[in-house]
Amino acid sequence: MEHKPVQINRNNAVIHIQNLRKSFGALTVLNGVDIDVFQGENMAVLGRSGTGKSVLIKIISGLLKPDSGIVQVLGEEVDKLNAEELRALRLRIGFSFQNSALYDSMTVRENLEFPLVRNKPNLTRQEIDSAVEEVLDNVGLLQTINQMPAELSGGQRKRIGIARTLILKPEIMLYDEPTAGLDPITSVEINSLINEVREQYNTSAIVITHDLTCAKTTGNRIAILLDGRFLAQGTFEEVFAVDDERIKNFYNYNFTGDKVDY
Amino acid sequence: MNTSNEDASAVPSKKYVLSKKADDFFINIYRVYKFIARFFKEAFVPPYEWKEIIRQCYEIGYKSLPLISLTGFITGLVFTKQSRPSLETFGASSWLPSLISIAIIRALAPLVTALITAGKVGSNIGAELGSMKVTEQIDAMEVSATNPFKFLVVSRVIATSVMVPILMLYTGFVGMLGSFLNVYANEQTSFKAFFQSAFSTISFLDISSSVLKSVLYGFTIGITGCYQGYHASNGTQGVGKAANTAVVVSMFLIFIEEMIVVQFVNAIR
Ligand SMILES: Nc1ncnc2c1ncn2[C@@H]1O[C@H](COP(=O)(O)OP(=O)(O)OP(=O)(O)O)[C@@H](O)[C@H]1O
Ligand SMILES: [Mg+2]
Repeated sequence: MEHKPVQINRNNAVIHIQNLRKSFGALTVLNGVDIDVFQGENMAVLGRSGTGKSVLIKIISGLLKPDSGIVQVLGEEVDKLNAEELRALRLRIGFSFQNSALYDSMTVRENLEFPLVRNKPNLTRQEIDSAVEEVLDNVGLLQTINQMPAELSGGQRKRIGIARTLILKPEIMLYDEPTAGLDPITSVEINSLINEVREQYNTSAIVITHDLTCAKTTGNRIAILLDGRFLAQGTFEEVFAVDDERIKNFYNYNFTGDKVDY
Repeated sequence: MNTSNEDASAVPSKKYVLSKKADDFFINIYRVYKFIARFFKEAFVPPYEWKEIIRQCYEIGYKSLPLISLTGFITGLVFTKQSRPSLETFGASSWLPSLISIAIIRALAPLVTALITAGKVGSNIGAELGSMKVTEQIDAMEVSATNPFKFLVVSRVIATSVMVPILMLYTGFVGMLGSFLNVYANEQTSFKAFFQSAFSTISFLDISSSVLKSVLYGFTIGITGCYQGYHASNGTQGVGKAANTAVVVSMFLIFIEEMIVVQFVNAIR
């Protein structure tokens, strides 16, 4: 992939979230989340397990409904859309799942075709094939085209999952823990894939992670989620310069292996 | 489009109208009702998932054949063998073919087919959709702007509703063959004479009501399996539970439906 400098447009928030709250029964998960993601920007969201990172992007993609607050994606309030409008919005959002969520009864090719043929029914067989091959090539896995998901490694599954969302040429990418469970070398490859996707497809993205290396290499800005709200937002250096015990702990745990006491 | 993710917060928590159990029961009935309503809303609106419907018909029909053949044949054979002594006491063993054919077409074939399909296909659907649900494959379809309900649920329910009646006719035929074997061994009745005598007592109403109730059983098996799978939770444990509940609930419903249909058909006969 060729690299082009990407402009971040600070006047255009593709995702705008204000005072978002979400509980499940008695469990409050998000408690007043505010965040803006600008056009062309990768926002890394850090937070320990169970803080509601996945819930946040599920709300952004309309899989879960917020209890209250504003959730605007590409100018539309997600929870106010009807089924048809939501479908149209989802065409512009790519969602890479924490566990890849590949369709395990289908081959890699069928996985990639699935969203394409249903959303663009007028494509010819040739156009479908070349679109599939193009995205597979972009994630470097053209050779797996006829394999079943069960035959792939964790890193390969992540890439195929990303390819499956890229095939619809989304404007926003939501990555849920793209490097979780992968070895450091594969993680580095996934990190550079995320950056390449940003450059080549012109996406804005939220990258959810608890891996600081991933946050540092992919995030133009980072934000730390703790106790249902964002504790700090800014560049990597800005956030970790903040004098807060909990942020320091986070940093130490990742880079020095010190015991963490939240 | 979002109903696959009805989370706990969609249901008012804390305060119960009756008690937790009773409230859950009625909430469940309401959800089943909505699930069925959604099926009818989406089943008749294009685009149709023809390829998937045909694939499911093949899976459900073809793969059940060996078990259905065996069960149907043995049911016919054993039922004839066991009925023979009581008819012979009245010197009426020549009535065997017509007695058996009525029993098979009116009751045995539909029930045997439905119960076997519930066990084999219902559990399969529950487990398959359940594992797709807990591994977020259904969510993945949803966020890629496709319609998982149409692809997964509508195609399976149509396939079971179409295939169970066809399998039922096949079971009936195989059951009669089993019965013929016993009759032939005892009375050397010819194939033609056996079937002539067997079909002389069967009316159009017998066959059509059995076909119609098999459509109902097939629909029940498909909807129950899909509902359980589509609402599975709690990881792999939930998948097993979905498969198991799918079988138990659909068998229970099939017996209740059978009782109602029998009353109804006897009233118009
Ligand atoms: N559909 C749901 N129904 C009920 N509770 C839920 C649901 N989804 C998430 N939760 C709860 O919300 C909390 C946050 O979950 P979430 O998956 O967002 O965590 P996370 O930050 O992504 O953690 P991880 O890093 O482990 O993925 C958890 O306690 C979880 O049990
Ligand atoms: Mg998560």
